[in-house]
Amino acid sequence: MQAATPIPTDVSYLEYKGKYKGIFSWIFSTDHKRIALLYLYSMMVMFLVGVLLGLAMKLELIAPGKTIMEAKDYNAVFTVHGVIMIFMIVVPGLPAVFGNFLLPIMIGAKDVAFPKLNLLSWYIYVLGALLVIASVLFGNGTPDTGWTFYAPYSFKTGTNLLPAIFGAFVLGFSSILTGLNFIVTIHRMRAPGMTWTKMPLFPWTLYGTGWIQLLATPVVGITLVLVSLERIFGIGVFDPALGGDPILYQHLFWIYSHPAVYIMILPAMGAISEIIPTFAQKHVFGYRAIVASTLAIAFVGYFVWGHHMFTAGMSGTAQYTFSLLTFLVAIPSAIKVFNWISTMHQGSIRLETPFYWAASFIFVFMIGGLSGLVLGSLATDVYVHDTAFVVAHFHFIVFGGVGFAFFGAIHYWFPKMFGRMYDKGLANTGWIVFFIGFLALYAPMFYLGMKGMPRRYYDYLPEFHAANILSTLGSWVMAFGLVIILINLFRSAKHGPKADKNPWNGKTLEWTVPSPPPVENFAETPVYGEKDGPYEYQ
Amino acid sequence: MEKEKHHIVAFPTYLWVLVGLIILTFLSVGITSIELGELTVAGALVIASVKTLLVLTYFMHLKFDKPYIRIMVGFVFAVFLVVIIITFFDYYYR
Repeated sequence: MQAATPIPTDVSYLEYKGKYKGIFSWIFSTDHKRIALLYLYSMMVMFLVGVLLGLAMKLELIAPGKTIMEAKDYNAVFTVHGVIMIFMIVVPGLPAVFGNFLLPIMIGAKDVAFPKLNLLSWYIYVLGALLVIASVLFGNGTPDTGWTFYAPYSFKTGTNLLPAIFGAFVLGFSSILTGLNFIVTIHRMRAPGMTWTKMPLFPWTLYGTGWIQLLATPVVGITLVLVSLERIFGIGVFDPALGGDPILYQHLFWIYSHPAVYIMILPAMGAISEIIPTFAQKHVFGYRAIVASTLAIAFVGYFVWGHHMFTAGMSGTAQYTFSLLTFLVAIPSAIKVFNWISTMHQGSIRLETPFYWAASFIFVFMIGGLSGLVLGSLATDVYVHDTAFVVAHFHFIVFGGVGFAFFGAIHYWFPKMFGRMYDKGLANTGWIVFFIGFLALYAPMFYLGMKGMPRRYYDYLPEFHAANILSTLGSWVMAFGLVIILINLFRSAKHGPKADKNPWNGKTLEWTVPSPPPVENFAETPVYGEKDGPYEYQ
Repeated sequence: MEKEKHHIVAFPTYLWVLVGLIILTFLSVGITSIELGELTVAGALVIASVKTLLVLTYFMHLKFDKPYIRIMVGFVFAVFLVVIIITFFDYYYR
């Protein structure tokens, strides 16, 4: 048997091609860092499609009546926008990109536990994305159910829904495999001496997320299969005409889709928990409390799904129970915010771009979280359910939370990932423009919702006009900010000045390896000593 | 990892488990032809749970694994149980 060629320890993952050349050195690579970039680029493409659809919706709403599209087109646009943004961007988002790239390095491993499975996860992701795209391009019209595929409309609509449902089902497999890979990697491959309580907080959140991915995703998979069977064979599980129960669909859908919110937000919180100590140059305040709150969010997050269904016709007992549990899950989230702010207190704060993103994350997350309490309360939910208020709330959480953390993370780890530094002036400009645009886009929706403007309508009453104009203008400002950010990052990845190994004076293991990291990350496996820890600042 | 011992299960044990699973499969089909009312579903679920336990214990080596693996699997079942209970807060009180 021929001996395997040793992998050089001084060649970066960007330069090392292995046995393949060109694009094949990427799509056949099992290196976790290359797979992370494959996810990054494919998600970026889908994200831009989702953003364009969002801009189209806002343009439609700039004036009452038809502006650029018919009502049925508007239904299709918000459905595809939702499916892309939820299933292809925010659910895989931080774990697939930053988790893949950084988890092994942060715990002192050479790769994830199952590198081939990791690559398979990306293939499955691409397959799922193609199926969703196929539902738009082929068949009898684009799906128009909304991303929730609610019964009974999901098996009554004549649009091309099956490929979209199957696409979401396939994307779920990618998520499950990634979660499994991360759980095993964290259990089995931590550096010697890195006990659980010495593990950095980002891997901790990936661990919590991995469990949710593993346990909750199959539920939505089975549910989507049942919808397909209902649609094709009329099996009567959800169809009330056949003795089925459409509320059962909502239960099953949200048993996954509410924990999915925590799949999205936990890694985002993990990234923020890395950025803040680095730019405060201070040990993270309440490490154990953050870990405990991560696990508490992951655990309690399983049991609050019913707050999406308060007006669906559930029993009163179920409503009280879900409302109580929803208020409980706010506590660990608040603990995290308290710990981040306490970490900054009396720290030596460096005002760099990642810090700006992290600080604005806390701001928008607080607004999103507190508005969630309005929706978690039975009495107030009745008034604002299915209004623009809900749209504002979840965009503050999902886009404000995950999006801001994603941009914070990319600006934080960019020098490590690409070995180059971006233009900090442009990055700061991009952040402030984006931030102002974001607030102008979504904040008016709180007002509109309180005034009674329903969501998912392409038309509205004249009294809603002014706030809708502000919201649409905000979408343009935010898109302009996004363009600045993307141009800066893409240009800097190739032409930016070379970055140091540790430009931010971070203390976690990824800052001990060269930028960009070598193929197998470490020339020698790092060993954690008795006094070592992830946030040991002087 | 090389230091860890792998438990080898005797072939007849696997065979008996397989036989047990087949019998239980026939039972879960058979139970539908007996008039038990609401208990039919409960009965089928119990049989399915026993089958799951057999697979986990023997085919997935849970019996021979470290306790923390058993705790993790137990935790998963606990989550599943609570999800079912909360769902029935809706159905029983609607």
